[in-house]
Amino acid sequence: MAFLREFGCWLPEHIVTSEEAGAWVGSDAEWVRNVSGIEERRFAAETETVADLAARAGADCLQRAGMEAKDLGMIFVASGTSERAFPGPACTAARLLGAVGVPALDVPMASAGSLFALSLASRLTAQLGPILVIGAEIMSRIVKREPREKGVAILFGDGAGACLVTPDAGQAEIVDSVLASDGTYAEDLMLENGAPLKMNGRSVILQASRKIPAAIRAVLDRNGVPPGDVLAYLLHQANQNLLDRIASALGVAQERFFSNIRRFGNTSSASMLIAACEWSRAHGFHPGEPVVFAAFGAGFHWGALLARGV
Amino acid sequence: MDRRSKLIEILKTVTKKDVAAAPDESLFESGILDSFALPDLVSALEQEFGIQIPDSDLNPRKFDSIERIEEYLDSRA
Repeated sequence: MAFLREFGCWLPEHIVTSEEAGAWVGSDAEWVRNVSGIEERRFAAETETVADLAARAGADCLQRAGMEAKDLGMIFVASGTSERAFPGPACTAARLLGAVGVPALDVPMASAGSLFALSLASRLTAQLGPILVIGAEIMSRIVKREPREKGVAILFGDGAGACLVTPDAGQAEIVDSVLASDGTYAEDLMLENGAPLKMNGRSVILQASRKIPAAIRAVLDRNGVPPGDVLAYLLHQANQNLLDRIASALGVAQERFFSNIRRFGNTSSASMLIAACEWSRAHGFHPGEPVVFAAFGAGFHWGALLARGV
Repeated sequence: MDRRSKLIEILKTVTKKDVAAAPDESLFESGILDSFALPDLVSALEQEFGIQIPDSDLNPRKFDSIERIEEYLDSRA
């Protein structure tokens, strides 16, 4: 068995409005809001690293759980924006957390990384003990690379989210998950070393709008849960228009899809866990009621995970 | 209603815009279709023409003009 015991998150203080972001690409805040639902995002300081953000979200999670980092069985850090090829941020984040000696594994995967790590953690925690899953991204450094593409520059923000997965007790039990990858579309969303982010937005939206609902339906059908019975959908916060379309495809009210994209933008692999952190503190799991996590990202990689309140 | 007329009606319904594009004109470049209307167009084509469009066929270029949509529908006939 595997449980979602606690969540944590950390967002930089510096706020960048959609007026500022729109101006980078010769547009305005209204256009940014219309195409993305984003009003502001947070940007990290120049001196901060992905590992710094990861460690702060991880510390927030552990503090709330009342657990010391040295007692962890493993740490996952998902990020598509690591400052260097190797070592990735996991080992540094673990050191900053005081978890020297705890195995720390990087998941170098944008957007869907924290979902993949969460699914893996649910399968490993019975053997390894408590596992801290972190998603951390500094997308602002990618956004600032020239030339700034209109559909890309306004989307992204920085931040980190975390989740503690344990084998014995928690707020919700992880029931099941489905994961999938298809490298056919690898070049439709990619970040080459030092280059601007390349995104074929039409392909990304088209594939995501089909694959995310299909993955959610697959995990729900397998467990006999109708989409309308799900208490909350906690998804990668890619774009408000995409979230609304997924809700519509599943025949579920948009209000069931927690959204904080208006305030934080798309924080890639961090976004799903930041959303889960905020949702769990504001609303929380209800005993027996299902909650769905889902993500889609570069690769393409995608999937969905079903949890049930304890 | 012939197929082209039906296609134009579908495009009007999905995009909520007038569709005055020439058959070979890019629906994206002409501003009729955008990233978020495209999935709706694909769903509407499936419904109207009774076909299931597999994810492997979800290439935006296949739906970039009225002629290309017709070519795709022909390929599925």
